Amino acid sequence: MTLLQVEDLHVTYRGGEGDVPAVRGVDLTVAEGEVVGLAGESGCGKSTLASTVLRLQPAGARVTGKVLLDDEDVLTMRWGRLRAVRWAAASVVFQGALHSLNPLQRVGDQIAEPMLLHEPGTTRGTAARRAADLLERVGLPASRVRAYPHQLSGGQRQRVMIAMALACSPRLVVADEPTTALDVMVQAQVLDLLTGLVADLGLGLLLISHDLSVLGSTCDRVAVMYAGRIVETGPGRDLFTDARHPYAKALAAAFPTIGDPGGRLSPAGLPGDPPDPAALPTGCSFHPRCTVAVAACERRDPLLRPAGPGRSAACLLVGEDGSPLTGTDGDVPEELR
Amino acid sequence: MTATTAGAGPAGATPEGSPLLALEDVHVVLGGHGAPSARAVDGVHLQVRRGEIVALAGESGCGKTTLARTVLGLQRPTSGRVLVDGVELGTSRAELRAWRRRVQLVPQDPTGSLNPRRTVYEAVAEGLRIHRIPAETGRREDDLVAEALERAGLRPAERFVARYPAELSGGQRQRVLIAGALAVGPELLVADEPVSSLDASVRGTILALLLRLRDELGLSVLVVTHDLGLAWNIADRLAVMYLGRVVEAGPTEEVLADPQHPYTQALLSVVPETGRLEPVVLRGEPPDATAIPAGCRFHPRCPALAAGPAAGVGDGLAARCRSEALPLLPPSAGHTAACLLRDAEAQAPGNPASVPDDG
Ligand SMILES: Nc1ncnc2c1ncn2[C@@H]1O[C@H](COP(=O)(O)OP(=O)(O)O)[C@@H](O)[C@H]1O
Ligand SMILES: Nc1ncnc2c1ncn2[C@@H]1O[C@H](COP(=O)(O)OP(=O)(O)O)[C@@H](O)[C@H]1O
Ligand code: SF4
Ligand SMILES: [Mg+2]
Ligand SMILES: [Mg+2]
Repeated sequence: MTLLQVEDLHVTYRGGEGDVPAVRGVDLTVAEGEVVGLAGESGCGKSTLASTVLRLQPAGARVTGKVLLDDEDVLTMRWGRLRAVRWAAASVVFQGALHSLNPLQRVGDQIAEPMLLHEPGTTRGTAARRAADLLERVGLPASRVRAYPHQLSGGQRQRVMIAMALACSPRLVVADEPTTALDVMVQAQVLDLLTGLVADLGLGLLLISHDLSVLGSTCDRVAVMYAGRIVETGPGRDLFTDARHPYAKALAAAFPTIGDPGGRLSPAGLPGDPPDPAALPTGCSFHPRCTVAVAACERRDPLLRPAGPGRSAACLLVGEDGSPLTGTDGDVPEELR
Repeated sequence: MTATTAGAGPAGATPEGSPLLALEDVHVVLGGHGAPSARAVDGVHLQVRRGEIVALAGESGCGKTTLARTVLGLQRPTSGRVLVDGVELGTSRAELRAWRRRVQLVPQDPTGSLNPRRTVYEAVAEGLRIHRIPAETGRREDDLVAEALERAGLRPAERFVARYPAELSGGQRQRVLIAGALAVGPELLVADEPVSSLDASVRGTILALLLRLRDELGLSVLVVTHDLGLAWNIADRLAVMYLGRVVEAGPTEEVLADPQHPYTQALLSVVPETGRLEPVVLRGEPPDATAIPAGCRFHPRCPALAAGPAAGVGDGLAARCRSEALPLLPPSAGHTAACLLRDAEAQAPGNPASVPDDG
């Protein structure tokens, strides 16, 4: 069953020097028991998208399109209903949130707080008991409810954030860069925890990261974003091992496969910087950094279209069956030229 | 050309192939004064040869930053010796200053390491001024700054000199810091997690820059990381550190193709790539340098010990893992690992030594 359905989402910030279109027409779904990954460089709009799931985008941002949680549009629902949906239907673990725990409050109390605020009738005792259970659920001893954030390691604080996200038993969790600041072993522990929760509780999980190798090994499906758009989607593993869009390919190649002679003493990077959303290039917004771009790429702005079974890509040079069209203008299909 | 600068030992004093940097049984104890003291670096032998890139990998808390600071002369070893070109790090200000010119840091967090109110030019010129390089070389400061920026890939330099950190991307900031390090003409760069705070797409371009500096300037690099993929990308040799000790070391290909220590095996198995290995996710927290276990320091988390006879660890061996102090790995160009199980396997009749004994 589909928990989250984002349709043609646009988010535009108002900047001092004009509009900043941070998200430019995104479609995305997350079903029960599914882990969906969202990848892309910083600035491509991932956190902006995450914030709209619970209508938490900054005031002043212009949002159009639909964000359906259980078929109800978050963007238009009444305040009372929105309050009920936050935490209980969906919750977000924000980027860097492990650093924003209240340093003066015991973590158990911080986990209990959403229950007390959002579940009328919950007593302090019940909330405290549930907070302790949740800590165990995320792999920490229940006795740690009494700990203050500074007494915990980064990995433990991230577990606390996950416990807090689960406080009101949501069915959808959005985790924005939950492992970015952590090192490999702790990252593996946190990813294990998240995928275990999906399996045990049937949660839907939207997992955001700039690291396609993390998403490839964890997600059922992955969407790669560039400059506010999704430029490729497909099964997680395939996107990492066999990407089709040149940007997704570069992102996948950024982390070497250890043992693969191709990456040995030859790190693959993607030169250049992502475009300024307020001044996007013409045509395909990736063309200035693309190594296979043809003349048509400067003129035509490719939309996401099928690229083989279960996959789609937004590149003039990816055929409908996913096969690469060679990098000459002549090979670009007539209708795209 | 090479980046050898004034301050190096007399020409010809260094035998061919002798290490540029050598750590001999280095210990660093931190804290104390009431707080429990942490044996952050607990007996490390390590060498970096000229033009060599060595990666030192391990979880956070294993002592990487402390070791890097010791190499930079920012932290005194409690015992043991740190030598550059066979010359031990001295204690006088002049000696320390000469040392820091030869050994430069590329920090972990480019954003936090740059002063937001100072231009790129100021950031790069700082080291030149400290070491009075324009006066010494008779070259103009602005030429030296421009040269360093271009070497670090910020071309043309004029486009960058007047900018402030906020006007740069993360990758450009890291290049500014690398330019600042290059400006003083070091022989060794110590890079502490140089790409961990950067975007995936930028990572490869910065690593490629480190490789190019080695190839073009003959620089040596000691790169500290928790990322074994980084070692695969750029390191000639890899040393894996656990709780203050090097537990496995060798040529990068050999260590990563055939890891011998259960810790290296676990670390390699959780690199998220294509699921080549069954992930061995070690439980528990990164280890605590204030309470180093007796016996093999990895034994409380060791999957081989936990698996017991199934992994070849019989009762006798298990008892030794829990109690027997393991010797330090000697500095060696070969592939070595500090593990009783590996030693036992290597000695078992009919079982060819899997780790060449070349200590
Ligand atoms: N509150 C805001 N006001 C104006 N611009 C913003 C705001 N938040 C983000 N942006 C801009 O929107 C774009 C997308 O940002 P973000 O969603 O944070 O990307 P990501 O999470 O992928 O790094 C960037 O160009 C960023 O500078
Ligand atoms: N100033 C300090 N005082 C006491 N202990 C410290 C200090 N700095 C680091 N440590 C301890 O030393 C160990 C190694 O730390 P560090 O060198 O920072 O490791 P890494 O860089 O690998 O994460 C850790 O256990 C850490 O808690
Ligand atoms: S010595 Fe024993 S405990 Fe230590 S790594 Fe080897 S098998 Fe494991
Ligand atoms: Mg973000
Ligand atoms: Mg460190």
